[in-house]
Amino acid sequence: MSTEVLARLQFAFTISFHYLYPPLSIGLGLLLVAIEGLWLKTKNPLYHQMARFWTKVFALTFAVGVATGIVMEFEFGTNWATYSRYVGDVFGSALAAEGIFAFFLESGFLAVLLFGWDKVGPKLHFFATCMVALGAHFSAIWIVVANSWMQTPAGFHLVGEGLHARAEITDFWAMVFNPSSMTRLAHTVVGAWQAGAWLVVSIGAWYLLKKQHRDFARASMKIGLALSLTASVLTLVTGDRSAAGVARNQPAKFAALEGHWETGPHARVHVVGWVDAKTETTHGLALPGGMLSWLAYGDTAAPVTGLRDIPRDERPPVNFTFQLFHLMVGIGFAMIALALWASWALWRRTLENSRALLWLLVISVLGPQIANQAGWWAAEVGRQPWIVYKLLRTSQGLSAVVHANQIVASLVMFTLVYLLLFAAFIFLLNEKIQHGPDETDLSPTGKLALGFKPAKGGPA
Amino acid sequence: MNFGALDLNTVWFALVGVLFTGYVILDGFDLGTGVLHLFAARRDEERRVFLNAIGPVWDGNEVWLVTGGGALFAAFPAVYATVFSGFYLAFMALLCALIFRAVAIEFRSKHHSPRWRRFWDRSFAFGSLGSSLLIGIAMGNIAWGVPVDARGEFAGSFPGLLQPYALLMGVTTVALFAMHGAIYLVLKTEGELQAHVRTWINPLIIAFILCYVLLTLATLLYVPHVTEAFRREPWFFALVVLVVLAIANIPREVSRGREFFAFLSSCAAMAGLMAIFGVGTYPYLVYSHPLPEHSLTAFNAASSPKTLGVMLTIALIGLPVVLAYSVSIYWIFRGKVRLDKTSY
Repeated sequence: MSTEVLARLQFAFTISFHYLYPPLSIGLGLLLVAIEGLWLKTKNPLYHQMARFWTKVFALTFAVGVATGIVMEFEFGTNWATYSRYVGDVFGSALAAEGIFAFFLESGFLAVLLFGWDKVGPKLHFFATCMVALGAHFSAIWIVVANSWMQTPAGFHLVGEGLHARAEITDFWAMVFNPSSMTRLAHTVVGAWQAGAWLVVSIGAWYLLKKQHRDFARASMKIGLALSLTASVLTLVTGDRSAAGVARNQPAKFAALEGHWETGPHARVHVVGWVDAKTETTHGLALPGGMLSWLAYGDTAAPVTGLRDIPRDERPPVNFTFQLFHLMVGIGFAMIALALWASWALWRRTLENSRALLWLLVISVLGPQIANQAGWWAAEVGRQPWIVYKLLRTSQGLSAVVHANQIVASLVMFTLVYLLLFAAFIFLLNEKIQHGPDETDLSPTGKLALGFKPAKGGPA
Repeated sequence: MNFGALDLNTVWFALVGVLFTGYVILDGFDLGTGVLHLFAARRDEERRVFLNAIGPVWDGNEVWLVTGGGALFAAFPAVYATVFSGFYLAFMALLCALIFRAVAIEFRSKHHSPRWRRFWDRSFAFGSLGSSLLIGIAMGNIAWGVPVDARGEFAGSFPGLLQPYALLMGVTTVALFAMHGAIYLVLKTEGELQAHVRTWINPLIIAFILCYVLLTLATLLYVPHVTEAFRREPWFFALVVLVVLAIANIPREVSRGREFFAFLSSCAAMAGLMAIFGVGTYPYLVYSHPLPEHSLTAFNAASSPKTLGVMLTIALIGLPVVLAYSVSIYWIFRGKVRLDKTSY
């Protein structure tokens, strides 16, 4: 295999594995703020128990996220040196801002969140939880800004030629608010909320199925479902806006997402399909009318650029992009349906009797994870053959001095190490779930106990 | 913000240095704790005390490396690209070591089986040892100089990085981190364990001084571009004196039972060592050996003045806030380690 294929494989593998965890930290972080806030407000010890339990789950995901995240920061330089020289002036500053504004905040206050229960008062602890959640969200901001700049570059000019060409910032804020950054950021963050929320729902549903820790499970389900429902609807809204942006800014990617070949009005949307890039046709189940034109421009008669108008050497792998995108969208709608169904059942108090629904909720945790991965893959594969859209090809961004056999060595290492990490993570998460919430956590200790009288009854 | 006639390149050379100095001082004692983990702590409870001594802070400490790397990428992209791709296998090994170090701390005490704990104890120790050694080897190569071609690309090989001077710097770094870690541990432990850790300090100081003397001699004899800086500006020797005084002060403070001052001395010594490294290599970030004209410097490898200015604004807003809450968090977790149910 060529160094390009190997370097791309390695990046895809390491970023995909890494991206299992930060969305959980972002989603769980937000839920921890809600749970601890409820505890401070109601003084109900059940919320204290929940905060303790979900903090432990958070710690586990955070650890793997940190360990695999540092790889990402090094990998631009190790495998994509030419790219790094080309974009460093722009991309590097977003990455450095991420370190200063996000990572320090997150990991600094994480200490208080995890180990500060008995050392600081409830309000200060709540403040730390808020800072950790804020830091997790900040980290999403800067990396999505940097990635969006690769999709829709803005606020820069090109300096130098050939080997010495590079992009330099002319307007920092135009770079930050490039045409796609805010819609993509919104879509990424609500997708991350779903990852955290459905994990909580899934574990809650498991306890209800097993008839264990029922007060804990019910209360967790309520908060988890509230966020699942909100986030799944917001995912649809932000996804729609994001796709409309792609239509305007990256017509080749937009055409690939839908397997759209012929430029013209009344463009169609496929529910499922198969793209044959050789014959330049797309087969499948299409919705009638100009849905695609309408989704992109709010007008069924608006023309949508087809792939035939894109030079062959500037087309992404069409069928792969199409399938990834449709997988994401399909799961997205399924999550909305599931969230509505489960909320309805919870409201009608039939949730605990419906084993089928509970089982569905148990596996729901996979939904946002698969959709988040598929969505990112569609975004990145759909940008090909560019590493920076219309400026630098992926094949031009490689490290000149790194050879295929070196990448094979590191790829084997990452595969083995990450398999081990994943196995250990699942083992510990399972053990945590089997152990369940700690009964002793129903009575806060140390400084947290000050001013807290045990409340009567549960929150439900 | 407009920084007028300020020499932004030199400012960023210094700031990247400050970030990496923050990293070696702070994560240095985490890594040192790891290096000592298998030897100085024998029983399970002792090992848990070691892990919890760094438990609340190691994560934030590692961020200094992430931010330093990000700052290097942003301020000197050509250096980031050349060094990271050139030292490919070494950096991959460093990543592997850092991953094992990180997850070992988090995973080790979450399961009771002795085999599980033994595996993660070893991961923690060898991850820390490997990280320290590789960081030192990387710094050794930067000081010595590496082959760079006319395109600014690394022209050496992986075995070439393992040359004697770099290996000596690697071993010196391990000794330094272990010494620093032992002093930190004395600060965080008590009773029998503290007495035991205390016995490690003097041998580690001696080991470090031996390595350091050898390294200094090697530098004076074989690394002329570094000694040149000191010949040009003799007051730089004040830094050397500062480091020697700070190191000499450590056993004095330890024997008086003033561990905190011993720890501060150790921090000061490390800051001094990094400053010596910085003034010795300035303005080179990657010294090209044997063709110095291909070197990457703070001037020919930097981002645009616009970006350096934007970044300086970001650093001036961000760093004081980071320092303020980092100090507060260290203050919250001051004192001896007490194991409780939130502990590792």
